[in-house]
Amino acid sequence: MSGRKIGDVILDLQNISLRFGGVKALTNISFDVREHEIRAIIGPNGAGKSSMLNVINGVYHPQEGRINFHGEERRRMEPHMAAKQGISRTFQNIALFKGMSVLDNVMTGRITKMKANFLEQAIRIGRAGREEIEHRKKVEEVIDFLEIQHIRKTPVGRLPYGLQKRVELARALAAEPTMLLLDEPMAGMNVEEKQDMCRFILDVNDQFGTTIVLIEHDMGVVMDISDRVVVLDYGKKIGDGTPDEVRNNQEVISAYLGVAH
Amino acid sequence: MPELGSSRAMDTFPRLLFYHAQTRGEKTAMREKDLGIWQSWSWSDVAEHVRAVACGLAEMGFQRGDNLAIVGDNRPRLYMTMAAVQCLGGVPVPLYQDAVANEMLFVLQDAGIRFALVEDQEQVDKLLELKDQLPRLEHIVYDDARGMRHYNQPFIHDIEELMAMGRIHNQNHPGFLDGEVAKGAAGDIGVMLYTSGTTGKPKGVCLTHHAFISAAKGGAEFDRLTADEDILSYLPMAWVGDHLFSFAQAMVTGFTINCPESGETVMTDLREIGPTYYFAPPRVFENLLTQVMIRMEDASPLKQKMFHFFMKVARRSGAEILDGKPVPFADRLLYALGNLFVFGPLKNVLGMSRIRVAYTAGAAIGPDLFRFYRSIGINLKQLYGQTETCAYVCLQPDGEIKFDSVGKPAPGVEVKIADNGEILVKGPMLLKEYYKRPDATAESINAEGYFMTGDAGFFDDEGHLKIIDRAKDVGRLANGAMFAPNYIENKLKFFQHIKEAVVFGANRETVTAFINIDIGAVGNWAERRGIAYSGYTDLTARQEVYGLIQECVEQVNAELVAEGMLADSQVHRFLILHKELDPDDDELTRTRKVRRGFVAEKYAVLIDALYSGKQTQFIETQVKFEDGRTGKVAADLQIRDAKTFPVLRQAA
Repeated sequence: MSGRKIGDVILDLQNISLRFGGVKALTNISFDVREHEIRAIIGPNGAGKSSMLNVINGVYHPQEGRINFHGEERRRMEPHMAAKQGISRTFQNIALFKGMSVLDNVMTGRITKMKANFLEQAIRIGRAGREEIEHRKKVEEVIDFLEIQHIRKTPVGRLPYGLQKRVELARALAAEPTMLLLDEPMAGMNVEEKQDMCRFILDVNDQFGTTIVLIEHDMGVVMDISDRVVVLDYGKKIGDGTPDEVRNNQEVISAYLGVAH
Repeated sequence: MPELGSSRAMDTFPRLLFYHAQTRGEKTAMREKDLGIWQSWSWSDVAEHVRAVACGLAEMGFQRGDNLAIVGDNRPRLYMTMAAVQCLGGVPVPLYQDAVANEMLFVLQDAGIRFALVEDQEQVDKLLELKDQLPRLEHIVYDDARGMRHYNQPFIHDIEELMAMGRIHNQNHPGFLDGEVAKGAAGDIGVMLYTSGTTGKPKGVCLTHHAFISAAKGGAEFDRLTADEDILSYLPMAWVGDHLFSFAQAMVTGFTINCPESGETVMTDLREIGPTYYFAPPRVFENLLTQVMIRMEDASPLKQKMFHFFMKVARRSGAEILDGKPVPFADRLLYALGNLFVFGPLKNVLGMSRIRVAYTAGAAIGPDLFRFYRSIGINLKQLYGQTETCAYVCLQPDGEIKFDSVGKPAPGVEVKIADNGEILVKGPMLLKEYYKRPDATAESINAEGYFMTGDAGFFDDEGHLKIIDRAKDVGRLANGAMFAPNYIENKLKFFQHIKEAVVFGANRETVTAFINIDIGAVGNWAERRGIAYSGYTDLTARQEVYGLIQECVEQVNAELVAEGMLADSQVHRFLILHKELDPDDDELTRTRKVRRGFVAEKYAVLIDALYSGKQTQFIETQVKFEDGRTGKVAADLQIRDAKTFPVLRQAA
């Protein structure tokens, strides 16, 4: 990774606590994300990883704590505002339009960039047509980048799981994000699909300089591709650092392997 | 098509290229699908690019006589580089792009490669892996810049950079490239293609401009190809067929080549382009047909009925209509209807609506498969040739199609059958030599200048060449008649009920055969007839099954007797083996070829029985199970006599 330079902190989370009624999902968690880095969040089931991602994304609003994105204190906001700020994401359980083609699904990733209004788009007048060509061009670049040309016109529902995951990544990339949130991008994949996905994540990071925050179960993958890792357990942060530091952290080892009683 | 032969100006590929650029520069030479859109290059665009690449290479020190390796999928700039190298009097050496680094090593070393043009990062990485073992390799140029940002090695270049350099060079030395092109001669080596090397090390086959231009021109005239043809270039560039169709013939006739978006999109791209001229190995045609059949099974009953009804019409008269033979009026009418409802839409789905000529070669194509395509109106034909002959020896003329022949000698080609049955060819398309292998060259070209193909074959009564076997496998019967076991076995195996066959007859009076039934097909057949059986061995012993196989054998006999030369090879007696021939028992190779010698030894008692007139023979064989244990299979095998036909001796 010689060409990529990790920059300053762009996302800073401080003392985040999130509760659902009486259930504490996250307790007093602080960590930051630097520009251009690959930041992983790991932890056992129910550790609060997806909740953390949803906080960053604006889906959940923590009761306590502060979020600073690009030097600005974030107030309560909705996911679409996060998207406008350049944050894209993929989901743990694929959330694509199953009946629509790959191309159309990826096109939906451009929605925040479209200026033409609903009526103009519906009857395709004025700037709508011009815009579509422009967006399609961008989408084609993403399709080329992720090597999914052969399924361009295939309905997503007919694709195998691994490819659907890739289409989801394509949709997220089509929005030209500065920060990409990936929720278990490799879950349920076979070894070859995992390798492909790893390569794409590294390529995205390298080629476009996109900052990547990812949740992953597969420790091997995480340790191989991330710059820094946060470890959560029962809603608490138990480790934070480079893969090597985390690997040798006693608390992390116990959380993963269990401790002798 | 430019008048070749007549003018000396058109005798090398660079001259042809610049001729097209000058006389019909605005016409489309190449297309490539990029970012979802077909991009076109006109002949003048191509000429400009070739000039830039050639001058760039010259600037980097490429010398006349140097070899340049080309590794990658079919990309316009890879084809252009071939022409650019030829402009400078160098030799392009295309390599198979899916070979792993170590497989490439031999060719790169053998050809003394100094310059390599590769498609993308993947190929660059392979070459970098080998760099230490390739002291002569000086420059690597890549076509696709993706992922190449961090490669700072001074010897790795972007093709854009190379072309920019070339354009400046061209401005400073305006007459340089034309001068280089003028130095070229028809007898220069135009390309070097490596043989696959299934036996021993690969050999570089040196082919001259003259050879490929003659082959391309002969083929183009034979099939009346025009400058308006469209071809999909999707087969490996290192393969002689692609070089003939996508490079040589495109240059000679000036038609358009189309490069697919990626290997996986070929079927979609085929449909979008709708080529008029098409080549595919039998395997591709088979896969397409299987897909069609599977999809038909899911179609509504009405559609299925319609499909089967019109396919019956097509089988009866489709091929005859295509050949221009007389067909009853009612059938013609039905066929036209079928074309409207079934064949037309089907061809459209396959991307074959516009095909005028399609070729297949490389392996034996099953008669049913071949007839299917011809019957729906696709002019599918076979050709015969090898790397050493620019894939140009025999072609099937329109209207004279036989599924089991490879056609007549192509224009300008002389084909002769040696005394041992080996096919010998001579003509302008022959190789000049094997690269740095005078020994191999001397071995393969005889004193009279014939290339020895190593295949055995014969001409039938109408002058069509039939390939029967590799020459070394062909033997003689006791009466001296030719005996080609593979040929007979292939005929038997074309029946769906026969999986494997082994025939014997070398130095014997008559021919006999072991048959392996196809348990899937025969089992299905038995089920539909309510024939009960307990397993493989039991099924093979059923009288009904013997009857079924006997019909197949007798049909083969009828075909053999019609072929004159092989009439003596009719199968007189046969038996059905009680177990499947299996690689685990060493009876087949891992690639499922029969190990004839081993089988003959193992089952010697059965062969004796076949030749001694016995009606049954007891046999016990050891079999190896997949977990390594062994067991025994025993059976009383019946031996049947098959009907043979009287051999008509031709009056000499």
